[in-house]
Amino acid sequence: MAESPVRSEGAAREGDRSGTASVPMVEVWPNLVFIELVAMVLVTAGLVAFSLVVEAPLEGMADPGYTPAVAKAPWYFVGLQELLVYFDPWIAGVMVPGIIIVGLMAIPYLDRNPAGTGRYAFRQRPLAWIAFLSGMALWFGLIAIGEFARGPHWAWYWPGESWDVQKPAQPPSWDLPLGWGIAAVGSYLAAGLALPAVLFPAFRRQLGTVRYLLAMSLLLGLFSIPLKILLRLVFGIHYVVATDWFNI
Amino acid sequence: MSGIGERIRNGQLWKSIFRVGIPSDRRSRLQVILHNFFLHLHPTRVARSGLKMTYTFCLGGISAFLFILLTITGVFLMFYYVPEVGRAYSDMKDIGFVVPFGRVMRALHRWAAHGMVITVILHMLRVALTGSYKPPREFNWVIGVSLLVLTLLLSFTGYLLPWDQLAFWAITVGTNMAAAVPVAGHDGPFHEVAGVAVDNDVRYALLGGIEVGPNALIRFYVLHCVALPLIAVVLMGVHFWRVRKDGGISRPL
Repeated sequence: MAESPVRSEGAAREGDRSGTASVPMVEVWPNLVFIELVAMVLVTAGLVAFSLVVEAPLEGMADPGYTPAVAKAPWYFVGLQELLVYFDPWIAGVMVPGIIIVGLMAIPYLDRNPAGTGRYAFRQRPLAWIAFLSGMALWFGLIAIGEFARGPHWAWYWPGESWDVQKPAQPPSWDLPLGWGIAAVGSYLAAGLALPAVLFPAFRRQLGTVRYLLAMSLLLGLFSIPLKILLRLVFGIHYVVATDWFNI
Repeated sequence: MSGIGERIRNGQLWKSIFRVGIPSDRRSRLQVILHNFFLHLHPTRVARSGLKMTYTFCLGGISAFLFILLTITGVFLMFYYVPEVGRAYSDMKDIGFVVPFGRVMRALHRWAAHGMVITVILHMLRVALTGSYKPPREFNWVIGVSLLVLTLLLSFTGYLLPWDQLAFWAITVGTNMAAAVPVAGHDGPFHEVAGVAVDNDVRYALLGGIEVGPNALIRFYVLHCVALPLIAVVLMGVHFWRVRKDGGISRPL
């Protein structure tokens, strides 16, 4: 293993930027190339072994005239399908994935904390970790529910429970009066945007107003999803804002 | 024996292909990366900390390798599969029961695809938790998110091709979301304003019809086998090139 404290082209640039000393570098051949070769062999062997044992699924031929008991999207989209219980399709199927993609792309421009880069440093970037892990937990939690706990008519069936069991119809739900709904959403946004700025003024100043507002809006959007789910499950609220044109 | 090996590696043929012999000193170890088209996707040196298994878990590399594996098994499957409503399903049966190695090749393609969705997501998690999107790597993260979306679209378009009940209804459910796009989908809010109906909205454009049928099958097939892989290859090239330009795998500053 040849090692030299020489900085590479890019490292020199980075080093100049942050004013840090050089880091130990190793040559890619053979150090990294060998690891890649081993990883390729292991992945190939594992996949071939798995594929020999587990067949790819193939059901009966497509029949537009025969609707199955429950039609589920591919597993990575089942979380969005599960959201259809709580939101109208234009939110669950369009706005949420759209905001997720744009929000993910925006992360490097919103998280300006220079600490803890290049290693797993929760203590130095707790907010970034908590925000990202919350999003992942929500995404995979919804997938797990949709994939394993939903049966005919998208009713709740525990894993292993027979789908022949009749489930009671959805309990009655109600919409907030429009004025109350707008007030509720407005105060959620106002409190969510203002409180952190009041409680942690240094944090807001460090981010700057535009970045702070964008970051907080994305976080509020993220947390509004479990909040709406709770409102439905606990209080039976169907729409928070119900209008003739769209419902939230 | 070593004499023969030596002569081969110093002969005209070997040198014309590989340009350098077996790397023995530091100079030639750098040269072997620089003078090989495939290896030159790498930087010549990386931080020692970046090589630790518990840092990257090889997730980006495995994702790229799964893409290659999917291309190989996918080309094999294309030899035997015709994206026509009357034939697609019987071609799947042939691949499973008649074509030599067909069953295992299809299983490999299927599981590698699911695997790639998982490794790409975990790769994003790794990069996020290590803060590896910090300057000057911000835009490479944006490209990475685009590659995640492409991975999902590749998997989704491939999902329809077996033309079985699982495929048909999953794609029906999935593409129904396109009907919910505000203004541009026939079920979306404000669609009346733009005069959008079931036969001229974005879902219609995606499916080539008002429901999943022959046009949707050929569209998804072409997207899955040609258009999306081409875009993915270009973006992967840019993704790797930027990692290289930014000094290899990220490390503590």
